[in-house]
Amino acid sequence: MKTTVQPYRGDRPPIFKTGALNWMKNNLFSPWYNAVLTVVTGALLYILVTPLWRWGVTNACFGTTPDVCKDNHGACWAFIQDMWPVFMVGTYPSDQRWRVALAAGLVAVLIIATLFRALRKQRVLHLCWVLSPIVIFILVRGGEVFHLSHVPSTQWGGLMLTVFLSLVSMIFAFPLSVLLALGRQSDMPVIRSVSVAYIELVRGVPLISILFMASVVLPLFFPPEMEFSKIMRAVVGITLFFAAYLAENIRGGLQGLSQGQYEAADALGLGYWKKTGFIILPQALRIVLPPMVNNFIGILKDTSLVGIIGLIDLLQVAFAATSNPKWLGKIEEAYLFVALFYWIMCYSLSKFSRILEERYQL
Amino acid sequence: MEHNIDNKPVMIEMNQVNKWYDDYHALDNINLKVRKGERMVICGPSGSGKSTLIRTINRLEEHQYGQIIVEGVEMTPDVKKIHEIRKEVGMVFQQFNLFPHLTVLNNITLSPVWERNIPKKEAEQTALALLERVGILEQANKYPGQLSGGQQQRVAIARALAMKPKIMLFDEPTSALDPEMIKEVLDVMRELAMNGMTMMVVTHEMVFAREVADTMVFMDAGRIVEKSTPKEFFSNPKEERTRQFLNQILNN
Repeated sequence: MKTTVQPYRGDRPPIFKTGALNWMKNNLFSPWYNAVLTVVTGALLYILVTPLWRWGVTNACFGTTPDVCKDNHGACWAFIQDMWPVFMVGTYPSDQRWRVALAAGLVAVLIIATLFRALRKQRVLHLCWVLSPIVIFILVRGGEVFHLSHVPSTQWGGLMLTVFLSLVSMIFAFPLSVLLALGRQSDMPVIRSVSVAYIELVRGVPLISILFMASVVLPLFFPPEMEFSKIMRAVVGITLFFAAYLAENIRGGLQGLSQGQYEAADALGLGYWKKTGFIILPQALRIVLPPMVNNFIGILKDTSLVGIIGLIDLLQVAFAATSNPKWLGKIEEAYLFVALFYWIMCYSLSKFSRILEERYQL
Repeated sequence: MEHNIDNKPVMIEMNQVNKWYDDYHALDNINLKVRKGERMVICGPSGSGKSTLIRTINRLEEHQYGQIIVEGVEMTPDVKKIHEIRKEVGMVFQQFNLFPHLTVLNNITLSPVWERNIPKKEAEQTALALLERVGILEQANKYPGQLSGGQQQRVAIARALAMKPKIMLFDEPTSALDPEMIKEVLDVMRELAMNGMTMMVVTHEMVFAREVADTMVFMDAGRIVEKSTPKEFFSNPKEERTRQFLNQILNN
């Protein structure tokens, strides 16, 4: 049977009937098995979430002292409220904590300023970003500058230490990994084999053993009067480890480029470093942005292994805080709090990478 | 286009050039001379070595035996020499190979600014003049991905010309284009030829070849089978293999 379809006269596509009910019918209950799945998933969620809600919210107690938590079945958030500066900065002297807060505030101001499109292109802002690590380092470490008392790195800890270790490792691992990836593709046999050997060697060893090595072996390479703080050893270990991983990702991007891009740059007479810097890397890095961010997230979480060489990072603070006689055994709260912080940081990184991906689409 | 080049200096000289891919003999004792202002069209069936031949001239492919002399400089593995020769030899590819992350203008100015140390302002003016010459001035600030194939290929020609090369190599410049865009690219190439550019063109566009070429070169199986003027080449080819090829390509 043939029906006559009238020609469409509007200049926009037709609007279909929508609305919450319609949407639910189409997406949640449409064929019968979808409806079953929806119901089962809903039930599971209910079973899982209700006890958690009861423990974390309904029965929870808030306050600042341990007494409020006596005879209580719920979470004891008083513990977090009391100990949260320790979670943030570890054993950093309490009368100096304002310095860390100020540093965090500076970064927050920079981030907010960067969110404004008009400010984003200002040279001053770029300069502030470049100088910020130095300012923060001076502020947190102190010494004789600006009459700030010296806080040795043995007293750094908590979230502050986790962020410090991850950021510094990322900043150093990235250029190293670019060089390794380029080295692996090099025409020069010596450079190529050194890069391949490094990458394959380091990738084949667990991070923990590298951290051990960095903390035990590293001082042997340098004169005894050169002191290496534990933090520095950890940074070196993490950097060397992740540079190998990142290098393999970046190599993927280098190989993902069409041969024609290399040839066009060659034919124009561009030298190796100009070709690499202007043509190859800008494209290769865009291709590997998602796996690279994945790697950065890996770095962030794997800094939690530094507990093994005696650093008190965010995760170790949880151990430490729950061994405090005042708050003995508040393990669930501590880990939940720590997990939340790791999640916030990792999720922000992944969101940030989505923004970059959209902005720099090829 | 009658045009006498017999007394002009030799720009490119190839003596007994050989190249293998593993066991495959891609170039077999190639001998060629290209004079200043000469327009040489190289044709032949696919796999005959014509692309490989012009790609040895700026060393995108390395020859394994013989001698290639470009403007008096012999091509050796010396990076500096390769570099010098590449700056004098422009190349246009079948797949355009524009840099997708740079605007049209930046595609063109990149090499002049960084390899010839030309001030950015001046390089941009030159680039705009070149874009006008190839007829797409209005596209200067777009990205290659926003242009049609024909427009991209014209940008690629402008990009090569921006280095002020003495020789232009064209490697099947119209083979990846939709039919309606071939003419716009050939027109640009015609105009270049009129203005005395030394050109080596690998192409199947026989109408263009007949009209523009000073010399026709026919290749098969890595050898130069026949080399003559277009008049002779098309009306009275000497070799049987050339006749076969012309029959196939002209009867389509």
